[in-house]
Amino acid sequence: MTTLDTTTPAQTPAKRSSLIWISRYGTLVAFLALIAFNMAVTPNFLSWQTLNVNLTQVATIVIVAVGMTLVIATGGIDLSVGSLMAISGALAPMIFLGTIYPIPSPALAVTLAFIVPVVVAGALGWFNGFLITRWSIQPIVATLVLFIAGRGIAQVMTNGNLQVFRNDAFQFIALGRVFGIPTQVIIMAVVVALAAFVIRRTGFGRQIIAVGGNEKAARLSGIPAVRVKRLVYVVSGALAGIAGLVVVARNSASDANLVGLGMELDAIAAVAVGGTLLTGGRAYVLGTLLGACVIQLVRYTLLANGVPDAAALVVKAGLIVAAVFIQQRAERG
Amino acid sequence: MLLSMKAIDKSFSGVRVLNAASLEVEPGEVMALVGQNGAGKSTMIKILTGAYSRDAGSVTFQGREVHFSSTADSQSAGIATIYQEINLAPNRTVAENIFLAREPRTAFGLVDRRKMRAEARAVLKRFNLDIDVERPLENFGAATRQMVAIARGVTQNAKLVIMDEATSSLDEREVAVLFETVRTLKRDGVATIFISHRLDELYAICDRVTVMRDGRTVAVSAMKDIKKLELVRTMLGKELTAFTAAQRNREEADGATLVEAKNLSAGVRVRDVSLAIGKGEIAGLAGLLGSGRTETARLIYAADRRDGGTLSVGGRQTAYAQPADAIADGIGFVSEDRKVEGIVPEMSVRENLTLAILPRLQKSGIVDRARQQEIVERYIKALGVKCASPEQPIRELSGGNQQKVLLARWLCMNPRLLIVDEPTRGIDVGAKAEILKLLRGLADEGLSVLMISSELEELIAAADHVTVLSDGRSVARIPAAELSEERLMVAMAHQDGEAA
Amino acid sequence: MTTYLSFLGPLAPRSTIALARLGVIAALIALIVFGALRYDNFLSSYNALSFLRYNSMFALIALGMALVIMTGGIDLSVGGTAAMASVVAAIFSPYHWAAGLAGGLAAGLVVGIINGVVITRLKIQPFIATLAAMLAAYGTGLLLAGNQSVSVSYDSGFTEIGQGDFLGFPIPAWIALAFYIAGWIALERHPVGRRVLAIGDGEATAKLMGLKVEKTLMGVYITSGLCAGMAGVILAAQFGAGQPTEGVGWELFAIASVVVGGTLLTGGVGSIGATLAGALLLAMVFNILNFENGLGWISLSAYWQSVIRGLFLLAVVILQAKIAGARANG
Repeated sequence: MTTLDTTTPAQTPAKRSSLIWISRYGTLVAFLALIAFNMAVTPNFLSWQTLNVNLTQVATIVIVAVGMTLVIATGGIDLSVGSLMAISGALAPMIFLGTIYPIPSPALAVTLAFIVPVVVAGALGWFNGFLITRWSIQPIVATLVLFIAGRGIAQVMTNGNLQVFRNDAFQFIALGRVFGIPTQVIIMAVVVALAAFVIRRTGFGRQIIAVGGNEKAARLSGIPAVRVKRLVYVVSGALAGIAGLVVVARNSASDANLVGLGMELDAIAAVAVGGTLLTGGRAYVLGTLLGACVIQLVRYTLLANGVPDAAALVVKAGLIVAAVFIQQRAERG
Repeated sequence: MLLSMKAIDKSFSGVRVLNAASLEVEPGEVMALVGQNGAGKSTMIKILTGAYSRDAGSVTFQGREVHFSSTADSQSAGIATIYQEINLAPNRTVAENIFLAREPRTAFGLVDRRKMRAEARAVLKRFNLDIDVERPLENFGAATRQMVAIARGVTQNAKLVIMDEATSSLDEREVAVLFETVRTLKRDGVATIFISHRLDELYAICDRVTVMRDGRTVAVSAMKDIKKLELVRTMLGKELTAFTAAQRNREEADGATLVEAKNLSAGVRVRDVSLAIGKGEIAGLAGLLGSGRTETARLIYAADRRDGGTLSVGGRQTAYAQPADAIADGIGFVSEDRKVEGIVPEMSVRENLTLAILPRLQKSGIVDRARQQEIVERYIKALGVKCASPEQPIRELSGGNQQKVLLARWLCMNPRLLIVDEPTRGIDVGAKAEILKLLRGLADEGLSVLMISSELEELIAAADHVTVLSDGRSVARIPAAELSEERLMVAMAHQDGEAA
Repeated sequence: MTTYLSFLGPLAPRSTIALARLGVIAALIALIVFGALRYDNFLSSYNALSFLRYNSMFALIALGMALVIMTGGIDLSVGGTAAMASVVAAIFSPYHWAAGLAGGLAAGLVVGIINGVVITRLKIQPFIATLAAMLAAYGTGLLLAGNQSVSVSYDSGFTEIGQGDFLGFPIPAWIALAFYIAGWIALERHPVGRRVLAIGDGEATAKLMGLKVEKTLMGVYITSGLCAGMAGVILAAQFGAGQPTEGVGWELFAIASVVVGGTLLTGGVGSIGATLAGALLLAMVFNILNFENGLGWISLSAYWQSVIRGLFLLAVVILQAKIAGARANG
């Protein structure tokens, strides 16, 4: 009843503040520690080669995970991202290879191959948001629909066939370099920077956090909660679309059975390790970047030191549980 | 003596909420426990049921000193608690709810469903309740659910039933049925501790009353020996003087009407409500719980959709589709439930304060931080919000300070009309007076206020006129000059056209 | 007295959810009738038995998932657990068929215990806890298998678990049936079922009512682990190999089956029978598609099954939402 009644017996302030410190900087510390460890142990760690390998491995996960961060910030979740990647990845080659409709101008074809799949993925994201807001369906169920049907759509579109191609203009998105930096890494950086800016500085960003933090209060404060939610799923879908393009461009091939497989869980893992709790009301975009990097770096460290890839999965599992556990403990204080 | 709590002390992080409080209950008696919010009733009950531990004092139940460590503990000792939000499983059947965790079993260890059904029917029958015990609980109304909760307690051999605001969501007929249940319990020698804000109910059902104030037990009396006014005075103590700070310094408003609602209706909660608010007036909205006060306010604010009626603001007919439209038209709304509908707990004071004016703070989508900062500082100062910094998460603030931030959320957009629903609920005495004074000052500057309150003294002290609702209809409009508790209560008790 | 109390009576018909559940069973029957009328060999024992043999794995996983979801939780680890269990079963299969069976079940048990501990002791959301367990299970499975599939022994009789018949009925189907009967008794007739559902109705409330919430949750995640373990054993026995990379996406398909079966993801409502119907319904889409292609009139690739399953899920979910909406407004 009174405010006093809800006061929980506090932990010792010292213990609490150290927990808060760990929860805030733990991922960063882990990241730096991993780098230090590798510098000491792993041969040739400090090289362009290593940096590039790791960044390109992580780029698509980060692109998707940024969208996931926004979705989770509103208190939702998006399981359909992997399937949307498959759709986008299937669509792009069909456009520039002329499978759907022969486009005479190669420049136009490639341009459309960039735009159309992302728009389609964004539209499917809107559909997710529509299901969630129109019928108050839980996000996990609503996005499960496209998780299942989406990959099927991609497979049906390509008849399950592998599309192999070589198209330098299109593949620039993955294999190209600007000032020596892989394009996909630049895309990742731009997406992260934009999202971080949106969250921190724009009205839309604040609306996302408010809707996730307390939807009723947000609505009563005049925030268009429905629109905000739908938009967030559109963003998540579109980013998944971009990631799909990057993946197929990187592989010079599009396999609807495989593109983006399991991506939804990788992205959620990155978000969780990055410090955004699944309960909504918070979004640490940079944390997500860091989370994805830590997961990747752990894997790399183990691989480079002769530990099989499979063991990295186990470590990743421990990492996720530990990260969430520490955040929750700091939270409860 | 069935229960004896003596010299109970309890502090939370150094703040003393119970100070040598006591409570005694005889077998088979109905004891009222009353006091303002923050008087310590809830804490007292939580100590009794084992939800909290006590710092000092003794609790004797059925002749033995007890130290319950959990609610399950006190339950098995014979104490059943019935809350306002019913703590049962809505999707389970009535019978399952009564016997959950101690179902009768067959020889194979499976649930003996026949026996469970029969026993459930038998116990409900004692309370004259003849319902299909195989239906999910959620199919039944609030009163039935309360009775199922009581039945659960009775089958656990409860010797003491605690009803914590159990009637607050019930209508009168349902209350009557529940009271019948209490009388049945009484006949069986089961005692009841009855907590309610509705004074009439206390007189209807209780034998004795224990009054708490500021963490102390200030009076124990037979119900028939204490007059209502005296009871109120004992409960409020020095608070009465606090309200005088919000004394109005103007007579009936100068005539210009800002809001005029006619024959509003929506569902069963709002049937026919008309009210008018003048410019610079504080209009009170009174009525018992469930009379449609909050629902009416939400209709004006377009938080809910109205079925019928007209609403004009500033002389123009309006049809807001959503709160954003009402906000754009200069209306603000402070909900009665700060936690659920007010604050965004994780956000800072700064962001909470400017949540509603975000659209105005943006330049091509980007929030103008300098202006935001300036507004926030101005209002923190003007309203005397006590916080470490504007960046402090709002959840760390006290209730009173949270409320000030929420008021500021609307004041900073210069509204024409501010709707405040229970603006002083769960706020300490000092902050209460401050908030009322603030509203008065704003009204004097020309703001119109629609104030909903269940504390009559508050309405009398602050409002220029009070519209009284009963059962979803506006039944009276009482000008300031005629306002008195008596007059308000008579109007609130109004039923189907005839004064009670 | 009854008339006086009539206003306290039920506000809604017995249970609209139960009605929706009947709808799923009706849809399943309709699909079977449709298949039987349209295709010659649809009801042939060969088709029926191979359908049951293959889909018993998914039915098992859906059963465990249903119980978890009824408590308001979720178990994303089932696919990984099944994969790991298939590897463990394959490794133990040369010693005795029972060793393989026990090994697979033990693998499931371990994952279930870990899930239960992480969720009830560390208080980590089921979604995250079981997501981590899924990764760990795949990792462990791959490590044990050395990154490739592990052939089972064909001498110990282990493969009978997946390929054999008993009384003319596939053994995996018997196993699934036994699990479902046990599940039904536990949920509908045993006190523990009331507990499972009451926890889904509200954990705090269940605790206030004196239920042992943590113990029950622990049991539910262990059950789900065991179901997944059993599915893994069948997987290994049926295909002759422990398959560490199998099971990707199984968890989400299982969730879909459960949802189609009328179990609400919010917990507190659910039925074992309808879960089976939901699992079979989604599986039958594939079967029917095969037969339709066999007719040669249209040629729908097998990939359409995902699309159609998704549409089924969509229809059910919207229907449920409408029912829920009607109840909230009614």
